[in-house]
Amino acid sequence: MKCLLNINELKVYYFTRRGVVRAVDGVSLNISRGEVLGLVGESGSGKSTLGISLLGLVPPPGRVVGGSIIFDGIELTKLSADEFAKIRGRRISMIFQDPMTSLNPLMKIGDHLMETIMIHENIPKNEARERSIKALEEVGIPPERFNDYPHQFSGGMRQRVMIALAILLNPDLIIADEPTTALDVIVQAQIIDLLNNLRKQYNMSILLISHDIGVVSEIADKIAVMYAGHLVEMADVDVIFKDPLHPYTSALLRAVPLIESKYEKLYYIPGSPPDLVNPPKGCRFHPRCPHATDICRTREPRTVSIEDHIVKCWMYCDTYE
Amino acid sequence: MLKAYLIKRALMTIPTMLILLTIIFLIMRVLPGDPVAAIVGTKAPPEVIQSVTRRLGLDQPYHIQYINYLSDLLRGDLGRSMIWGRRPVIDEIMDHFPATLELSISAFMVSILIGIITGTEAARKFRSKFDQVLRFYGILTYSLFIPWFGIMLQLIFSVYLKLLPVGGRIDPFMEPEKITGLYLLDSILTLNIPSFFNALSHLVLPSITLGVYISGVFTRTVRSNMLEVLRKDYITAARARGIPENVVVYRHALKNAFIPILTMMGLQFALLLAGAVLTETTFSWPGMGTFLLERIMYRDYTTVQGTVVFIALLIVSISLLVDIMYAYLDPRIRFR
Ligand SMILES: Nc1ncnc2c1ncn2[C@@H]1O[C@H](COP(=O)(O)OP(=O)(O)OP(=O)(O)O)[C@@H](O)[C@H]1O
Ligand SMILES: [Mg+2]
Repeated sequence: MKCLLNINELKVYYFTRRGVVRAVDGVSLNISRGEVLGLVGESGSGKSTLGISLLGLVPPPGRVVGGSIIFDGIELTKLSADEFAKIRGRRISMIFQDPMTSLNPLMKIGDHLMETIMIHENIPKNEARERSIKALEEVGIPPERFNDYPHQFSGGMRQRVMIALAILLNPDLIIADEPTTALDVIVQAQIIDLLNNLRKQYNMSILLISHDIGVVSEIADKIAVMYAGHLVEMADVDVIFKDPLHPYTSALLRAVPLIESKYEKLYYIPGSPPDLVNPPKGCRFHPRCPHATDICRTREPRTVSIEDHIVKCWMYCDTYE
Repeated sequence: MLKAYLIKRALMTIPTMLILLTIIFLIMRVLPGDPVAAIVGTKAPPEVIQSVTRRLGLDQPYHIQYINYLSDLLRGDLGRSMIWGRRPVIDEIMDHFPATLELSISAFMVSILIGIITGTEAARKFRSKFDQVLRFYGILTYSLFIPWFGIMLQLIFSVYLKLLPVGGRIDPFMEPEKITGLYLLDSILTLNIPSFFNALSHLVLPSITLGVYISGVFTRTVRSNMLEVLRKDYITAARARGIPENVVVYRHALKNAFIPILTMMGLQFALLLAGAVLTETTFSWPGMGTFLLERIMYRDYTTVQGTVVFIALLIVSISLLVDIMYAYLDPRIRFR
């Protein structure tokens, strides 16, 4: 498969009063065309920051401080504001966590879609309208709801609208940041199904962000695991589930309640994620790692790849240099 | 639903109006001097003073005067002026109201324009030097002394640069034919171009003076509301769809920030009228402020009371209007 997105040594920091929050600290990954990459990790590990940086919308006091993001041959980190705006919504779009707050309360549902089309494409109003109605139908919203306001929609329906907005211009990549977290279980399943169907239909790539590895595994081809601003492991879904290498990934898998696995009881990872202003020396996971050794406490492990399986852990660095 | 609420709101203002009225009634009578002295002078013989006092009904005890006044008012009668031609108070008010309205509207537009632009830009550049300067502006204008500021503008633009007239509302014999009493509007309606520009040139300095005075409040309100709205998810979502930043800020965000700003504008109307009094006297603007001060001086009881009632009713109607606009702007209220 052809590579669509190439992130290399990306660093995104927040310059807060408390200090520099190293939310994304040297992450590299690739997404191919048509591929769904699931990005998982505990709260605060930097998933959303990574996602939003792909749209150049890291909120202040945050900033991309290093690395590169190459999207279909375009270096995104060097784009001007205007150039970036042309990519947003058209070639890369985003679905957010909370559908209740992601739509403008004063705008009709249909106007959200029409505005988006007309900003990017120079087409007459009635054509924009037709396409908007079609996009809504595709996510299961009947045309007669076109002139409704967001508050007249349920959470699940609003997330469908957000999805319609995301697929509207047939983008190459959709970033879905916890798209189902705010929804109840049944609606969650419907939304995941919908995403899966659309993705097959349009051959779009999706970066699916979630703290729930169970949800992600339903449609992801590959899974990337983040811990405290680092990418600690990445491999195909089956490989991650069958043969996780990083101790943190194993811990995450044990914390999944629903999937059938060899782990019986619900498990919580002891300890809490580190403070990203003063992350632990060495491997950031070492304070919570059952296998930690001296080197883990003092030096940061390299990222090694064993075929297509990438892991950042001293257990897999053969030589200690 | 909305109608019931508005009626309730209107009824709730009655006690407030009554208290206000009573206070004005008492203050006017407690102040030394009375309209009789203003009419006949202090050296008039006692018989004359007595007969004038009787004619004005001022020989009655205060409580009788008060009850008479209220019962007239309930019938919608503001009474007659106590001095000179004894014209009906409402006519006197209507002679001066359009001037104040014209000044207020244009000052309001000046202040909204300044307030929205400075407040929005301050919010966009949160915590920058620019933001800090504008925050200072917000505080500065609030403590601005209108007569001083007005005189400064007069000195610069009228005396020194000779660009604009020092005061007044229009030059003699330039008045447009009266339709609404608003000179700008009337001169447009009658296609009287010289009058239009003459009236406009008189309007500029007073509008800026008054506009700047209230703009600071708007700057601060717009800034804080915009800061809040700009943090909302739907703003990020709009940006993520590639909506250009200016559209996101001035269409999506401003409209949402506007709902609380609107309430603020309704509240500022009272401040606007208070500022109008000072602006009018500074610029010899023949409006309600100049008029009210003059009549307070002459102790024209009925006219002062009537004017205060009129202004209070105006403020009440504006706040009702704001409520209606509120409902119109926000579908969540409209559809309830
Ligand atoms: N606007 C901000 N200002 C300062 N720090 C921030 C900001 N946004 C995020 N952070 C910090 O950056 C780190 C990563 O946050 P991020 O939201 O990317 O994590 P996440 O993995 O998406 O977490 P969650 O599962 O809670 O959404 C956290 O330590 C967070 O406190
Ligand atoms: Mg997040």
